[in-house]
Amino acid sequence: MVAVTKDNVAEMQAKKGTILLSIKDLRVWFELRRFGFGHAGYVKAVDGVTFDVHHGEAVAVVGESGCGKSSLMKTILGLYKPTKGDVVFDDRNLKDLDTKGKRWFHARVGYVQQDPYGALPPFMNVHRILEEPLIIGGVKSKEERDRRITKALEEVKMSPVDDFLPKFPHMLSGGQQQRIVIARAMIMEPKFLVADEPVSMLDASVRVEILKLLSGLQKTHNLSVIYITHDLATVSYFSERIFVMYAGNLVEKGKVRQILDTPLHPYTMALLTGTSEPDAKNAETFKEIPPGEPPSLVNPPTGCRFHPRCSKIIAGLCDVEEPQEFEPEPGHLVSCWLYK
Amino acid sequence: MSQNNKLLRIEELILYFNTTQGAVQAVDGVNLDLDSNRAVVILGESGCGKSSLAKAILRLLPRNAGNYSGRIYINGQDVMLFTEEEFRQNVRWTSISMVPQAAMNALNPVMRVGDQVAEPAMVHLGVNKTEAIAMAKKMFQHVGVPEDFISRYPFELSGGMRQRVAIAMALITSPNLIILDEPTSALDVLTQANIFNVLKRLKRELSISFILITHDIATSSELADDVAVMYAGQIVEMSDAKNFFKEPLHPYSKKLMASVPRLHGDKEPDFIVGHPPSLINLAPGCRFADRCPSRFEKCVQDPPIIEKDGRKVKCWLYS
Amino acid sequence: MNTLKNSFREILRYPSAIMGMVVILLLVVIAAYAMIKIPYNNAITLWRGGEDVWYQNPKFAPPAWYNFFLSKKLPVSFTANTMDGSISKKITPGAQGTGTVDLSYTFDFNYDGYPQEMFLYFNNKFQHKQPFVSIMWLTPDGRKIRIGNFGANQKETYRFSQDEKLQIRLKNENVMEGLFVNPETKAPLKGKYQLLITGTTFEKDSDIDAEFVFHGQLYGMAGTDQLRRDLTVALLWGTPVALAFGLIASLGTSVLTMIIAAIGSWYGGWVDELLQRITEINLVLPFFSILIMIGTFYSHSIWVILGVTILLSIFSGSIKAYRAIFLQVKESMYIEAARAYGASDSRIIFLYLIPRMIPLLIPGLVSSIPAFVFLEASLAVLGLGDPVLPTWGKIINDANANGALYKGYYYWIMEPAALLMITGLGFAMLGFALDRIFNPRLRDI
Repeated sequence: MVAVTKDNVAEMQAKKGTILLSIKDLRVWFELRRFGFGHAGYVKAVDGVTFDVHHGEAVAVVGESGCGKSSLMKTILGLYKPTKGDVVFDDRNLKDLDTKGKRWFHARVGYVQQDPYGALPPFMNVHRILEEPLIIGGVKSKEERDRRITKALEEVKMSPVDDFLPKFPHMLSGGQQQRIVIARAMIMEPKFLVADEPVSMLDASVRVEILKLLSGLQKTHNLSVIYITHDLATVSYFSERIFVMYAGNLVEKGKVRQILDTPLHPYTMALLTGTSEPDAKNAETFKEIPPGEPPSLVNPPTGCRFHPRCSKIIAGLCDVEEPQEFEPEPGHLVSCWLYK
Repeated sequence: MSQNNKLLRIEELILYFNTTQGAVQAVDGVNLDLDSNRAVVILGESGCGKSSLAKAILRLLPRNAGNYSGRIYINGQDVMLFTEEEFRQNVRWTSISMVPQAAMNALNPVMRVGDQVAEPAMVHLGVNKTEAIAMAKKMFQHVGVPEDFISRYPFELSGGMRQRVAIAMALITSPNLIILDEPTSALDVLTQANIFNVLKRLKRELSISFILITHDIATSSELADDVAVMYAGQIVEMSDAKNFFKEPLHPYSKKLMASVPRLHGDKEPDFIVGHPPSLINLAPGCRFADRCPSRFEKCVQDPPIIEKDGRKVKCWLYS
Repeated sequence: MNTLKNSFREILRYPSAIMGMVVILLLVVIAAYAMIKIPYNNAITLWRGGEDVWYQNPKFAPPAWYNFFLSKKLPVSFTANTMDGSISKKITPGAQGTGTVDLSYTFDFNYDGYPQEMFLYFNNKFQHKQPFVSIMWLTPDGRKIRIGNFGANQKETYRFSQDEKLQIRLKNENVMEGLFVNPETKAPLKGKYQLLITGTTFEKDSDIDAEFVFHGQLYGMAGTDQLRRDLTVALLWGTPVALAFGLIASLGTSVLTMIIAAIGSWYGGWVDELLQRITEINLVLPFFSILIMIGTFYSHSIWVILGVTILLSIFSGSIKAYRAIFLQVKESMYIEAARAYGASDSRIIFLYLIPRMIPLLIPGLVSSIPAFVFLEASLAVLGLGDPVLPTWGKIINDANANGALYKGYYYWIMEPAALLMITGLGFAMLGFALDRIFNPRLRDI
């Protein structure tokens, strides 16, 4: 268990630099079948993704729908099997895990989903919802389970705890439901949290509250977090690094301020242009955004996948060869021929 | 009081719904003005009654509608006095049309999109099929959908494309006003920006007015000429966009503005404690009082609408 | 628990549901009453019948409340005996071990029709010398008719109608008419009749006990059948049998169907394909005919029939409906979350998928109970029912075999039919109301 206390703060800091999750050239392809029999190609949802997440680090994966971030996330959670490549968690490769190993893994990773109501079984009350992961994780003593449930609810600021234990999901507001989802993700005291658009279905005024809660939990428990979103504006409050994903690839990686202030990849620039801030002048200008739509993952364009929409295309290069990864400034990587 | 230059004027619009637990006061005395070729944004969170307001304007009442009263002047004429048939012929889709929430998911899956866009023209304008399809092609041009998509089915289109089709459907009868209910909430950033580009172009080229209903303050600034903030069935602030985004007046508006995360900002965003009241059996007095940081004794009474520098705000702080 | 309470409150909003529940409650009360008042073994013995069990009843007698509908009232059967004192007994010891036993029974006769038959069953105690009895009949208008004198054995049966001497004495072949007629009006004479038996015993410990059995035209609450059995036994006992059969079959089928659908839709692949093919083949098989075959060639036992019914009903069309819903629910976010925190497949099926389905299960379950009740009755009517159990279907079967409708014994068929209909109606009303509660989309219909 890893609350940061003054006793283990040195240990935590030492650990902080080390890598917890390592993704190496991950590919997740789904086979398309014609009439249930014939092979009709692959949906290459994740097609060559490499990155690391350190202990206690929060990273954001930003991309639009159809870029493969959901499939990436589910593979990290162990729900999908990688077609190629490795997912290495705490020095153990996911594909080498046996049943006991899988149980060890699931207890160390928490999952916060997008739809708070859908994420909770409607026929279980709060106590039961929170108890399930504990039972599966092998916590046999009832007192121990109840103690951990109470602690989890207090951490997500749902008190008085006893008021909420017998309630069913439909009796709670959206924000409260999402807190229960977070509590459930935290209850096995994981080292790693995967949050898939955790606030996009909540009201504006509640979003910030939940993001602050997640951020606080991350600091207290020294959690590593992957925060998946398409809303760039929230990223600066809750992440240290950003990975920008497009059509199954990571096109840019870097620290938050590097990406938000000096984006390099044309797609990242487009995302930033497209994000609005409350300013009356917006109504007077048109936004310059790349035409077209994200490509199909079955037949992605040759070369750089963004080239059909890119205004800075280098003919003969971008449409032919897939770009390598360059590092124009330390810690800021981009897969674009512009930076050769 | 000349109302001729005002395209739309709503006075004391009320719409309640009857439920087993009591009457839901969804729209509780709304006053709103809109000139031609202007866009007003109705800003509010879920449960404030903004979708019900759209339905109230277009008289799309559900079966359990209760109290429904007020005055809606379109170009000076009170359409609340119209019979159902008059309303259908003269207002719905001829004067005012609507793109409802999640319209892109509400397209008929077994009908080609071209036919769906042509349908309102055939029904409301009485044109024949060929002419209607020609009009639909023109609409596709306005909203930026390639012409050959006329013969495609909804499942062949992406989310952004389908939303544009829905806008085309609302556009084909050349209405003066289009109501858009959360037009981009389910769409990605770039698609969202595209849709707003379309709306801006329509406003500029076809001189259409818009009522944009949304909870997203940031994107609302893309289209807004005026902003109306709605809370618990009432409009609590009405202002022009420039002044609103610079500095909102009502405490709720201020908190909403403060809760928007910014790309380049140093301030941590704020949030509002508690949650909006249920619209059944509302307590008397100011409805925001129990969450308001500036609450004082006068707030036990329902505040009046106070005018300040051409802006309207429903708050005792400005009396 | 909360959802159950809320659902219950919802149910109360539907008058049809309330009626249905009242009917079902009534049936349950009847079933409980039947099982307590007439314990199982008792019921079986009674139903097996035999002359010594049912001798007191006439055959083919409609229920006593028929008189309510008739202008000419028919006589209702009754019995009286010395054992319980309904026939009064006076023993007067005489000289040298002899004694006189005076038995007297008075009863009212206010009917417009004549009884079927009357019996006297003597149960006498003696060692060597049998007692001598003399029977006298007193009419309301004061006439005294001598019935007969004879020596009575230990078990002596005196049948009024068969006594030829009595027929001669009454100048009437129809003894019953003769005993009850008003000689002037030729109509039945109403009033108090008295039966006097003067018995003479010739030993010290000799004793005479008698039972007077009056076979009227009507009998009891429900009437009798060809074996003189009181139909109330079968009607009462048919209730728990019907309810139990219906409930077990319905419950068993629904639960098993749901589990199979869950397993198939969760695992997919060949498991799912196999279960679907089995279902499709089963849908084509003629359900009722198979049951008849099994009943005819194998066994009539109700447990066998129940078992085969459930087996054939599990792979029904409902599997497809449940499977469709399961496939949808399987994609829910909370199922995905469960897989993410490591829940095993069986845990997900039984603790996450199936509880979601239970509210949808309930209306189907309730609505299918009458179908199974009728199934059991149908098989019984065809003669394939359990031969030992008294069930409603069996009553109809007996009635049919004895030509009840030809002979005008309508009560025999109407009573079980009415109970079957009421059962069906009760469950159907409740089932429809539940359907509208649990399937909100039907509420507008």
